[in-house]
Amino acid sequence: MSTVPVRLNVNGVKHTLEVEPRLLLVHALRDKLALTGTHVGCDTSNCGACTVHLNGEAVKSCTMLAVQADGEEVTTIEGLGTEDDLHPVQEAFWNNHGLQCGYCTPGMIMAGAALLAENPDPSETEVRHALEGNLCRCTGYHNIVKSILDAAGRSSSEVSA
Amino acid sequence: MIPAEFHYTAPESLEDAIQALVDGGEDAKLLAGGHSLIPLMKLRLAAPSLLVDLRKVPGLHGIERQDGAFRVGALTPHRKLEFSPELGIVAKVAAVIADPQVRHRGTIGGSLAHGDSASDLPAAMLITEAEVTLQGPDGQRSVTAADLFLDYMTTAVGEQEVLTEIRLPALDGWGSSYHKFNRRSEDWAMVAACAVVKANGSTCEDVRIGLTNMAAVPLRATAAEDALRGQELSPENIAKAAELAAEGTDPPSDLNASTEYKKHLARVMARRAIADSLAA
Amino acid sequence: MSVAEQPSGNVGKVMRRKEDPPLITGKGRYVDDITLPGMLWASFVRSPEAHATITSIDTSAAAAREGITAVFTGADMTDVPAPLPMAWAPPGVQVNNPEHWALAKDAVKHVGDPVAVVIGEDRYAVQDAVEDVFVDYEPLPVVVDPEQAIAGEPFVHDSLGTNRVHEWSLAGGDVEAGFAEADVVVERRVVNHRIAGAPIECRGVIAEYRPGQLTLYSATQVPHFVRLFMALLLGIGEDRVRVIAPDVGGGFGQKLQVYGEELVACWASRRLGVPVKWTETRSENMSVAHQGRDQISRVRMGAKRDGTITAFHVKILADFGAYNMILTPLIPSLGAFVMGGCYKIPNVQTDIVGVFTNKCPTDAIRGAGRPEATQMIEVTLDQVAHELDMDPVEIRRRNFIPAEDFPAATATGVVYDSGNYDGTLDKLLEHVDVPAFRAEQEKLRSEGVYRGLGFCTWTEICGLAPSRVTGPAGVGVQAGLWESAMIRVHNTGAVTVYTGTSPHGQGLDTAFAQIVADKLGVDPAVVEVVHGDTAIGPEGRNTYGSRSLATGGEAVCKATDKVVEKVKQIVAAELEAAPEDIEVAGGKFSVKGSPDKGMALADVAGVAYIGAVPEGMEPGLEETNFYDPENFVFPFGAHACIVDVDAETGKVKVLRYVAVDDCGNPVNPLLIDGQIHGGVVHGIGQALYERVHYDADGQLVTGTFVDYALATAAELPNFETDRTITPSPVNSMGVKGVGEAGTIAASAAVTNAVIDALRPLGVDYINMPLTPMRVWEAINEGSAAS
Ligand SMILES: Cc1cc2nc3c(=O)[nH]c(=O)nc-3n(C[C@H](O)[C@H](O)[C@H](O)COP(=O)(O)OP(=O)(O)OC[C@H]3O[C@@H](n4cnc5c(N)ncnc54)[C@H](O)[C@@H]3O)c2cc1C
Ligand code: FES
Ligand code: FES
Repeated sequence: MSTVPVRLNVNGVKHTLEVEPRLLLVHALRDKLALTGTHVGCDTSNCGACTVHLNGEAVKSCTMLAVQADGEEVTTIEGLGTEDDLHPVQEAFWNNHGLQCGYCTPGMIMAGAALLAENPDPSETEVRHALEGNLCRCTGYHNIVKSILDAAGRSSSEVSA
Repeated sequence: MIPAEFHYTAPESLEDAIQALVDGGEDAKLLAGGHSLIPLMKLRLAAPSLLVDLRKVPGLHGIERQDGAFRVGALTPHRKLEFSPELGIVAKVAAVIADPQVRHRGTIGGSLAHGDSASDLPAAMLITEAEVTLQGPDGQRSVTAADLFLDYMTTAVGEQEVLTEIRLPALDGWGSSYHKFNRRSEDWAMVAACAVVKANGSTCEDVRIGLTNMAAVPLRATAAEDALRGQELSPENIAKAAELAAEGTDPPSDLNASTEYKKHLARVMARRAIADSLAA
Repeated sequence: MSVAEQPSGNVGKVMRRKEDPPLITGKGRYVDDITLPGMLWASFVRSPEAHATITSIDTSAAAAREGITAVFTGADMTDVPAPLPMAWAPPGVQVNNPEHWALAKDAVKHVGDPVAVVIGEDRYAVQDAVEDVFVDYEPLPVVVDPEQAIAGEPFVHDSLGTNRVHEWSLAGGDVEAGFAEADVVVERRVVNHRIAGAPIECRGVIAEYRPGQLTLYSATQVPHFVRLFMALLLGIGEDRVRVIAPDVGGGFGQKLQVYGEELVACWASRRLGVPVKWTETRSENMSVAHQGRDQISRVRMGAKRDGTITAFHVKILADFGAYNMILTPLIPSLGAFVMGGCYKIPNVQTDIVGVFTNKCPTDAIRGAGRPEATQMIEVTLDQVAHELDMDPVEIRRRNFIPAEDFPAATATGVVYDSGNYDGTLDKLLEHVDVPAFRAEQEKLRSEGVYRGLGFCTWTEICGLAPSRVTGPAGVGVQAGLWESAMIRVHNTGAVTVYTGTSPHGQGLDTAFAQIVADKLGVDPAVVEVVHGDTAIGPEGRNTYGSRSLATGGEAVCKATDKVVEKVKQIVAAELEAAPEDIEVAGGKFSVKGSPDKGMALADVAGVAYIGAVPEGMEPGLEETNFYDPENFVFPFGAHACIVDVDAETGKVKVLRYVAVDDCGNPVNPLLIDGQIHGGVVHGIGQALYERVHYDADGQLVTGTFVDYALATAAELPNFETDRTITPSPVNSMGVKGVGEAGTIAASAAVTNAVIDALRPLGVDYINMPLTPMRVWEAINEGSAAS
């Protein structure tokens, strides 16, 4: 089957790939660009482990063809912050035990960062709704919500910690 | 879980897109946000031979008010609708579609052309009495929402037609509300009811009620509407009218909801939607 | 957490995790992230039939496709001498154990059973080729309902002439005598429906065979068990097999398994001479990775008028699906060991019958047997309380094993290590003002709002070990369940801890570093914890059954203590003091009373590695310990849940969830709370959202995350956690496990809360899953009846 050229700006780096049109964006990132921080957790666009930013908006990269991102800017977890220069949401996940196995974490952090970019001072309910497309089996979400609120400079409404 | 192979083109004009559909034959499909089509392709429940991506076609975006109606471009994503409160019921409905990521990508045109019986926007189109514009090789036509949805995932949009825009009458002065019943907030509707109400003092001057997932196509709860129109908007009258919401429906049962339960939910959701429309 | 004071050492302190920096920056390394040179991909052809004979398999079209290297079927794997393992052989009990091959040989027994594997150049090519393998099936009769299956034909395995797997009982006292003494006897049919483990990372493997040497990367909780069975089944020396569990994206019991896909990948890599990778899809995971629960039980509880329980008898029919996996038939028995819960019940009996059906096999899923037991005890107890018109808190207090009784032997002879059940309940009631709640509940009911409060006071058995009890002569697990650790102090004083556990999200790197750092007087930052690689460190028994801290952590303690002993001797020699006068304080080993004269660990390591050690002492600073405890540990707690039920729609919303847990001495409170949160959601999930459902033809209806509903953040509240501390006498740290606690408690607390909410509507009892329609139906039936 024919391939098509795709130009992607990923984390500020320009790439030109020749790909099958059916190549999913998540596989372009993982298999072609070795950006394995973006995960796959389902077949049905439910889990959000694959969440990246497309021109600053959170999207599920398993439900996009790489060609649909042609000419666009993609930010992955690797581009959000680094060990020495963590994004506030990354830092907050670390401080608040917002992760256990870490598998949902890149998607959660990307969803959280996108929320804060849009709404820097969300309520707990708003945070919970912003995460409705992301599944975590480990944390029960408590500390994820707390992390995102913390990154926004707020503490969550819990009675005790 | 990946799509089967296909050819791909991203034409830069509406004419070229239509031509690509014509040339591609019956297995060619338009691609908008891809959030209905790609999931089906990943599960190999759909396997188009050619995808015609609309993303470079100009003029399919945006929301503008023209006189008594809004013109909404087909590629407008749900997220944009959600943050356009002037759209009334449509903004409220868009806000509860799936999750933020899906709302960023999924488009109103895609949702209406696709016609999934559980999707949220179609019923809202019915009660706003919207019209869509379809552009095909033989020109342009307009179809009312009432004529758009034919059967389960079957709409009046022809295989070689592009849904380009939606004309949404501005229901100035109407209250509106959407009650979607699902198990989790990211889920499709088990049953949902949307309502728009025009009150004159405490009297119901007009009311329209739409039902989601009560049939292969979205429905108007006309018996309930008729029962309330012209009546005092008292809780009792609303409840009485809502009791008629499932009249004539026979939704298929599934794992999570029997036919009876869905009909019950339709009545409850309709009552709540009407009642909340008065507040908003 | 209200335990406010921070301890002086690292143990007991809130510390953010050592394992997080790579995971929050996208630099984790899960199996699918790994690519080896020359690696091929595998994809499985799976049965769409629930039960059928395979009449033919045509692989030619798939094999002929571009990019496809090979297609193998069960007929190709004749050099594998034995079927997949089942490791439970209870003395004196017959367990029917049909052959279970990695690729089906002649017949398929459930939807998803693998019949062939396609191997080729990339992820996409192999998935395409799977569609070109043509299998002819001759359908056979299907049995899905366990009650029907136990009654007779059709049989899942004709050769057995029955669907019965085994019968197993554990009894203490005399239940019939107990019932005779009772003033009330309550009987319920308790259904504990089938759920999935559903780790967000599906399974995955990469097998790399190079002559005489096999390396397997697997998303597993049990690399050492996998190594053993790969060696046995492939005829390769165990020493030549290395299994690596890299970062693993959650397990929840589902990855406590030796899976056929692991074997097929290894076998194919050897056959083809190249690495072979398989990444499971979610749809596969939902249909073939082992599932859990699925019990239908007849539960009888007898009590005196004053609430004293006189007898508890449980008859469990456990649906095991189509095959026995590694521990399948053992799982319900784990519940039997704590069937009396935290109550002093003189007569307790559990009778278990296992049954095959044409469904995915079950095995351990978070809690494994204990959530089922707790559901039966706690929900039935509330039913008894209602029957006696007693307060649910009161009946619990009446029956608690008193704190002074510990260690406490139960009727069945299990000895609970420590407990203070009134203590956790007292603390819970500090958070939940029951009289205020009841007043509010009453008021809300008059407004049409149905609010309910449910309790669960529970204990469980975990820290899986001791071999003496769990092993072949005891319960019958064909392995010892001790744990190991090795501590290496490097030249610079940096420390590496090698643990035989295999954590996958629990945070053991941090917890173990805290423990070791205190003992060695170093910063936890310089203590690295290594696990999940059978080539490194001692033989291990891995992570499940809330065992890693109580068993693995204690091994770490003991190995470190050995290092400390040696350090003290070296320091004593250097400082010309007696070893028993050396203590660790302020980052130094020094003579008691003269803290400024001392040696840091790095200085000691210098001496040890230069070889300037006292006469007769070996150089180096490295010690190993194998620890096999004397007993299990028995964490406990008191949980309360408050729900609102929309009486019109039947939808349940959890408003508050309060968990007071006691897992002994806390090592890192942050990790404990995290385990509780996640565990509780697993239990709430089972009660309200999650359900594996097969239709009458054995087709899986809940095969994706669309239909298998994991709760999201939007459905859940924040959790309120607190704890009491009752150290375990079993290990030196006084710790107990906490990985399963939340799950064990939560489904019963939720169920009791929903029943409490619905009583005025005539609902006295309801089985999970408490989905909106089921609750709505119960309300309809309730109002019709009353
Ligand atoms: C996880 C998930 C959950 C979802 N939940 C909901 C939900 O709760 N409620 C809901 O309403 N929706 C839901 N959706 C669907 C979502 O709203 C889709 O985005 C929408 O239905 C389709 O829009 P699209 O732009 O993505 O269409 P596409 O997938 O691109 O196209 C869908 C179909 O319409 C055709 N088409 C698209 N655009 C046009 C056009 N302009 N003219 C003619 N034909 C066209 C395509 O050829 C295709 O056949 C969900 C989707 C996902 C992935
Ligand atoms: S992998 Fe994208 S939503 Fe699950
Ligand atoms: S941290 Fe494991 S799935 Fe979220």
